[in-house]
Amino acid sequence: MNALPCTIYISFLGALLALAAGMRSAATARVVALLTALTSCGVTLYAASQFVPSQGLQTLIDVPWIPQLGIRYHLAADGISLTLIVLTGIAAVAGILFSWNIEERTGEFFALFLALIGGVYGVFMSADGFTLFVFYEIAIVPKYFLIANWGSTNREYGAMKLVLYSFAGSALVLAGLLWAYAAAIAHGAAPSFGLGDIAQAATQFSRHEQLGMFALVFLGFAVLAGMFPFHTWAPTGHVAAPTAASMLLAGVVMKLGAYGCLRVAMPLFPVGLMFWQPLIAWLAIIGIIYAGLVALVQQDFKFVIGYSSVSHMGFVLLGLAAANTTAVSGAVLQMFSHGVIAGLLFAVVGRMVYERTHTRQLADLRAMPLHRLMPFAAMTFVLAGLASMGMPGFSGFPAELTILIGAWKTSPTWALVAAVGVLIAAAFTLRVLQVSFFGTTEGTAEPASHHHDHPLPPITWPERVGALLLIAATLYVGLKPDILLDWITPALQSPLFHAALKGGSL
Amino acid sequence: MTGLAVQNLWLIPALPLVAAAIGALTPRTGRSLAAGAAIAAMGVSFLLSCGALVTALAHPAAHAVSNFAWFDLGASAFRLGWLLDPLTAFMCVMVTFVGTLIFIFSLGYMHEDVNAKQFFCFLSLFASAMLGVVVANSLLLLFVSWELVGLASYLLIGFWFHKPEAAAAAKKAFITTRIGDLGLLLGMLWLYDSTGSLLFFDGGNGVLEANTLGALTAHTALGGFALSTVIGLLIFCGAVGKSGQFPLHVWLPDAMEGPTPVSALIHAATMVAAGVFLIARVYPLMSADQALAHTALHALTVVAFIGAITALMGALIAVAQNDIKRVLAFSTVSQLGYMMLAIGVGSWVAAIFHLLTHAFFKALLFLGAGSVIHAAHHEQDIRSLGGLSKKMKVTFATFAIGMMALAGVPFLFSGFWSKEGILHAAHEWDVSHLPLYAGLAAVVLTAFYMTRLVAETFFGKARSHASDHAHESPATMTLPLVILAICAIALGFLGTPAFPWLQAKLLGEAEVHGHSLLEGAGLMMLSIVLVALGLGAGWALYGRKLRQKSTSPDPLAAAFPGVIAFLAARMKFDELYAATVFKLNSAAATFADVLDRFVWDGVIRFLARLGEFAGIVNREADEDGLNAGFDAGSKSLRGTGNAYSRAQTGDAHGYLRVIAIGFVVLVLVVMMGGGR
Repeated sequence: MNALPCTIYISFLGALLALAAGMRSAATARVVALLTALTSCGVTLYAASQFVPSQGLQTLIDVPWIPQLGIRYHLAADGISLTLIVLTGIAAVAGILFSWNIEERTGEFFALFLALIGGVYGVFMSADGFTLFVFYEIAIVPKYFLIANWGSTNREYGAMKLVLYSFAGSALVLAGLLWAYAAAIAHGAAPSFGLGDIAQAATQFSRHEQLGMFALVFLGFAVLAGMFPFHTWAPTGHVAAPTAASMLLAGVVMKLGAYGCLRVAMPLFPVGLMFWQPLIAWLAIIGIIYAGLVALVQQDFKFVIGYSSVSHMGFVLLGLAAANTTAVSGAVLQMFSHGVIAGLLFAVVGRMVYERTHTRQLADLRAMPLHRLMPFAAMTFVLAGLASMGMPGFSGFPAELTILIGAWKTSPTWALVAAVGVLIAAAFTLRVLQVSFFGTTEGTAEPASHHHDHPLPPITWPERVGALLLIAATLYVGLKPDILLDWITPALQSPLFHAALKGGSL
Repeated sequence: MTGLAVQNLWLIPALPLVAAAIGALTPRTGRSLAAGAAIAAMGVSFLLSCGALVTALAHPAAHAVSNFAWFDLGASAFRLGWLLDPLTAFMCVMVTFVGTLIFIFSLGYMHEDVNAKQFFCFLSLFASAMLGVVVANSLLLLFVSWELVGLASYLLIGFWFHKPEAAAAAKKAFITTRIGDLGLLLGMLWLYDSTGSLLFFDGGNGVLEANTLGALTAHTALGGFALSTVIGLLIFCGAVGKSGQFPLHVWLPDAMEGPTPVSALIHAATMVAAGVFLIARVYPLMSADQALAHTALHALTVVAFIGAITALMGALIAVAQNDIKRVLAFSTVSQLGYMMLAIGVGSWVAAIFHLLTHAFFKALLFLGAGSVIHAAHHEQDIRSLGGLSKKMKVTFATFAIGMMALAGVPFLFSGFWSKEGILHAAHEWDVSHLPLYAGLAAVVLTAFYMTRLVAETFFGKARSHASDHAHESPATMTLPLVILAICAIALGFLGTPAFPWLQAKLLGEAEVHGHSLLEGAGLMMLSIVLVALGLGAGWALYGRKLRQKSTSPDPLAAAFPGVIAFLAARMKFDELYAATVFKLNSAAATFADVLDRFVWDGVIRFLARLGEFAGIVNREADEDGLNAGFDAGSKSLRGTGNAYSRAQTGDAHGYLRVIAIGFVVLVLVVMMGGGR
């Protein structure tokens, strides 16, 4: 377990090495990046094998950082962190495999990519509000450059919008944390940004303080989790981003937001949670259905996937809002599940399809017999689509089921309405699946389009390995959700979450 | 033969699943491997099912279970399990037997298809999922398998996805059944929330056992209904979707776009049977509210009326169809209506008896139709067929047996006995006799449209080039027909009133108490007269004066053009849904899209403008602050490329500040309001 912080340092070091290697050749940079990601992924898996869920939050390192302000460099991990750290490790490896073809300033690309990963690892381990905030910001900056430099469609706009939203969100978080920090001191506590310390002090806060702080922190993080109506950065950002960046964006970065809500807002300000709970739940439910409907009429393949991400993240937020152990463990499971599935979907759309056909317009794709031109991509997308629509056997099913069961306990109405989202997910997934891969040439104006004459470049080995890695992850968790739930549930039953999850165990 | 213990029951669905995996992993050229694996797995599963039947019949009243936990949720866990009782065992035997024959038939039928290996892979998956539904001892496991049935049907109906109709039909089937599944999912959630379990039988704690049922009926949910009524009706929604009941029947006729063996599998052994099976399985839950006198509505009453409507509607529409498979498809809708009707009036054993006999004769009819279509080069319009009785003797003879079984020709054919049981149960129902009248009307119609179908297809002279050159299908196709034809006759004798062996075993009775063969003789006489009426009318209209040309007018359509056109258009259900549900849905989607593009974006842009303004106002004050550092940082990075040179990071912080400040103010206002 104590090796976990190494993942952060390995990633940052790997970023520097990749930058240096990029000066010499692109191939070296690639290999350096892959080795870095594999090493940190290996470390997380090793740590996971040593992990004892019943021990709760385990401190990994705790040293003073800015003692005058009570800021400490405090990293800790429990089952929730570990789930997301493992997800990050898998997503990083897959992302690099799907960026194998980046030729333009390869070293810089992978350096930014690994810096982003390092920041994400850091967030998932932070037990100090300030440390968390710093890592959070570290994760945001590289996103901008990745999209603005290596992106496509409308990339400056997409990148700018994404960064604006992210910073706006983090500004709210910072404001909330500072308020809590000051209020804690005002209530006689020693100055500290430690999440545990603030949680302790927050029990003395007035109701108004709790409501306000919760609103600031939760909203700030929820923006990054794609909460309706603050979700519009997500589809445009995803579309503009290069494949690996959209994989990370949907797969991991959106989880940062949800993780922040769960790790910071909920346990620190449980009174605030109680007050805002119905609003959050309804925004989440609206998000599920609304984004699903929008996905139903998109003409750009990547927009469909982008909106589907918003819809799936709605389930995560609903699980959090339901605030009982069942629903929240489902939400964490869904974070993992969506991380893997969204990564896979974006990999197919962005890397396999777009970089070969140079179009994402469904009308153009319909005219190409893609299932024949690239059967592997078609198969991958069929599996990813099934996983995305919550087919049993894939990780989305136990996750969404658990969330719905948990949400039902808090309010049957929520579960009732949210379940409609499952139906809409099937509708938009099947639509895009049929149009993009199994479209027919009949009825189109130019049946013998020139694409038929040029066979597309074959799917490369890195793509195959990356796709199989993600498929294996979603199938494994889908068949044996225990593997993650055995980590998650004890973490949620620890004293940290007692106040937030009043619903308690089943 | 030794029996199969319940612990090993999982083998029955697992074997076809393995076959599906083998099929998925073999290359396209390995079709004989895929087909061989599929048929062998189904064959072995059939033998195992027979073993399971032996075990189940030894103690017909027992519900042997084998449960295990799937995953833990802290204090509680999702548990799954297998269940072995006569209902499961009979269903397993039927599915594997009919499935094996359909698989063998497919060998011949899909001979020329390049994707045949995939076809067998999907068929195995389909059968495996259906067997999973049957052996499940947990509503959750049943739901999982149920969804996989939906998936496999999607893959198979859309197997010829290069035909736009097939792709559309596959999607329609999946989405329509999923609408029903939504109800099932909600019913499941509610059931789990109120009982903490989804196991059917669990040593007294299962949801179908007396303790739990008592608790469920004691609670009232919305509208004064008992909790069990509401949950039962939600579960019934799932069955309505899968079993093609009104108003979600629209997908079933379109499912004809799949290859014919798929139609046979969907209509006979697997998919549509799943809904009826589900309601029979949860019958204790469905009927739990029967004891309550004060409730406004019993769950089963809804089931009975939906079934009656479906039975009559399907039969009416079948009269006006011209595609050989569509006539059969609507006959399935109608027969499924009968089964639901039977459950609704309280006789789930009659429903299962009819389910079993129907599985055999409907598989027979579909495979027979497949044989005709195969021989006639995919001509499916009965007006263009004709004259096949001499060219395809085996197909004709077996199809005729299937037709008589479906029409309920007395005494010799299985359909007669199973339909009799349903009519008898409907007669004894004390709530209303309307379902009985609907059922009796459908008897006439069924005999009528089946006579028309046989007369048009097989008699007279060939009315197209294709049917003129038709010849008998190969033995892989005719052999299954013969076997199924024998079953279509023999099976009826398992459940005659004099010797109701099947019913007794399903109800868990060790001994069989026969009644007089002529029990309810009045009703039986009436239905025999009605069958004769239907056959006679069909013969009078279509048999006596045979169709000469494929374009000659239909005698019935000439007499009642409006009615027949309405029925031929399937009572306009598709148009109705297109004009309401679909339009509403796409309007909502478009609205949401517009909202997303313009409104939310507009708000953000507005805030950004505001931020720009604020940025100008306090740029002076800010230049030395946080921005300077950020600007310096981004300036140095800007050198690496001009792609982001236009990004005004100074402004960015301006926007942010305004958004943040605005929000803080908003929160403060809200809180102050709340504080008063």
